Amino acid sequence: MNQTKKLAKVVYTPASQMRTPGLLIRSMFKDLVGSRELAWRLFIRDVSAQYRQSILGIFWAFFPPILSGLVFIILQSKKVVNFGATDVPYPVFVLVGTTLWQVFSESINAPLKSVVMAKPMLAKINFPREALFVSAFYQTVFNMLIKSVIIIGVLFIFKVKITAGILLAPIAVFVLILFGMSLGMFLTPIGTLYTDIQQGLMMFIQFWFFVTPVVYPPPQTFPYSLIATLNPVSPILMTARDLITKGQFSNTVPFLVISGLTLLALITSWIIYRVTLPILIERMSA
Amino acid sequence: MSDSLVTIENVSKKFCRSLKRSLWYGVRDMGSELFGKSNTNRALRKDEFWAVRDISFEVKQGETLGLIGRNGAGKTTLLRMLNGLIKPDNGRIEIKGRMQALIALGAGFNPILTGRENVYVNASVLGIKKTEIDRRFDEIIDFSGIEEFLDTPVQNYSSGMAVRLGFAVAAHMDPDILLVDEVLAVGDVGFQSKCLNKIGELKKLGAGIILVSHNMHTISTFASKVILLNNGKYKTYANTSEGIRDYKKIFDNIDHKGIEKVCSGNDKVNFYRVDINNQKLCPGDSFAVALQYESSLLYDDVEIDIAIYSSNEQGLHFQATNKAYNQKMQIMENRHELKIEIKDLRINNATGLIAVTIWTKNRTEMLFWWRIPVEFEAVKHTTGNNFLNVSYGFD
Repeated sequence: MNQTKKLAKVVYTPASQMRTPGLLIRSMFKDLVGSRELAWRLFIRDVSAQYRQSILGIFWAFFPPILSGLVFIILQSKKVVNFGATDVPYPVFVLVGTTLWQVFSESINAPLKSVVMAKPMLAKINFPREALFVSAFYQTVFNMLIKSVIIIGVLFIFKVKITAGILLAPIAVFVLILFGMSLGMFLTPIGTLYTDIQQGLMMFIQFWFFVTPVVYPPPQTFPYSLIATLNPVSPILMTARDLITKGQFSNTVPFLVISGLTLLALITSWIIYRVTLPILIERMSA
Repeated sequence: MSDSLVTIENVSKKFCRSLKRSLWYGVRDMGSELFGKSNTNRALRKDEFWAVRDISFEVKQGETLGLIGRNGAGKTTLLRMLNGLIKPDNGRIEIKGRMQALIALGAGFNPILTGRENVYVNASVLGIKKTEIDRRFDEIIDFSGIEEFLDTPVQNYSSGMAVRLGFAVAAHMDPDILLVDEVLAVGDVGFQSKCLNKIGELKKLGAGIILVSHNMHTISTFASKVILLNNGKYKTYANTSEGIRDYKKIFDNIDHKGIEKVCSGNDKVNFYRVDINNQKLCPGDSFAVALQYESSLLYDDVEIDIAIYSSNEQGLHFQATNKAYNQKMQIMENRHELKIEIKDLRINNATGLIAVTIWTKNRTEMLFWWRIPVEFEAVKHTTGNNFLNVSYGFD
């Protein structure tokens, strides 16, 4: 019999979870810890399923950044466009840039994609909901590790001098991923209700690519210099690229500010997701 | 410590009929939730309705509650609230202990992956640790009975096989509270009985069970009390068979005088008076029809067809003609009476139609066809649509 066992008690009421913030935060972190194994399983499940049903497999991770990089390399070398001088050879600059951008755009899309795909599961099973984001994070990191082969290849081919500073690059890339994911998490609640969000996001990311110094060095003249100063992803991306190609920290202050904001955004969007999820589930399978 | 595992107090839940509005209400509810306003006691908005209204009950250890009601009565909504998937709009739900829902078996299965891989995925979705699964893996596979297909991708499984695997995983986590929502309907008979045994086993261990089923046999076997949901209202029955009887009455929409007189003769023969002994029958009773007719012709060798349909007209309890009894029948000239009697009815606990049809020889013309709605009362302490004479004895 169960008499001897102390049974955990759960209470469900209509009251908003925001009314009991202590309980909310505690249960969030409890579930985050409790979701580790599940997140890992989901990650393994998705990755193995993805590669099992594909012939080209890992190729798809390399293809987009190299292709868009090549386009700009050709345009620049044939003088169709002139982005001005870069500190490192332009192919290195652009290939590292597009790879990082690809990582960033995947980080934005990952949370919403993960939740939308898990709809049938969310609607029917009570599991730690954090697992979906954690597994999305694992997947993004996994894809990033595959893509880092491009970066390493480019550094070797163009004989870029490698310095100790490159060891700090993973931190910047990590911030880049978290920044992207926090944006994606913000959009997840509304994005699960309306498909417009996923559609709009695709367009928006494309536009964002052009107003970020990915394929061109940051403009110095006003008002174009705003691209580097007002666009929050610019300092992170530029810092990551500088660490990889030159081994030195640039944009330190903006980078630190954005990192702090990322942390704040991450927690806020997590709370929003957590609090609104029961309402979303109600509408999911109605 | 009270031994009540599930306590529900005045719980209500509303839903929206229109999708567009439902999504928009979703956005607004998210807003009020984020700003700390609760959605309690709010009146219905346009297109909304109460799916569950003001319901209270509790389930204690070792107790099994049967939730019955027609489709859309709110049974699944209630289970989803209990499972913590959606919040109640009113009231309070208290759960003690580990809850397991046998609702979406195999949710989280990836079709590309093999059964073996999916067991681990499914288990983690349900909150079972890998070490626990490793330990009980053979037991689970043995229970599911699909060893041969363990390394086959789940997309090649039949729906029954996927459910078997899903149930096998879910049933092996020793819950304190078990929610079962009509999931067993998919498996074959052998597997169904296995599942029911497993549920019985958990019940013996002291688990509280909430069972949703349209199979009244399952309900009467397991449930110690029944809640009947109907049109947003509910009624609790400590006596299971009373609940089942009332459930069946929901589907009983027959006007008791509503005899369908499809045909009462032609220009040669007229059935001018029909007497029926009773429209309410108990097992063991006889059903008798007396037909008085006036005919200007002799119809030799007519066929008299008797059928008893279940109330949805798809099920057939019984059908036979006089030929089955080697009785030669005829309709004679002038006024006569024809008597038909079904002796010792064995139909129990159902509503239905008794159809009496008279055909000319070789069924070339229909002379009479009436359909008479009847009700077969239930014998106490029984379920099922037949009542058989059983003798008990012991040495």
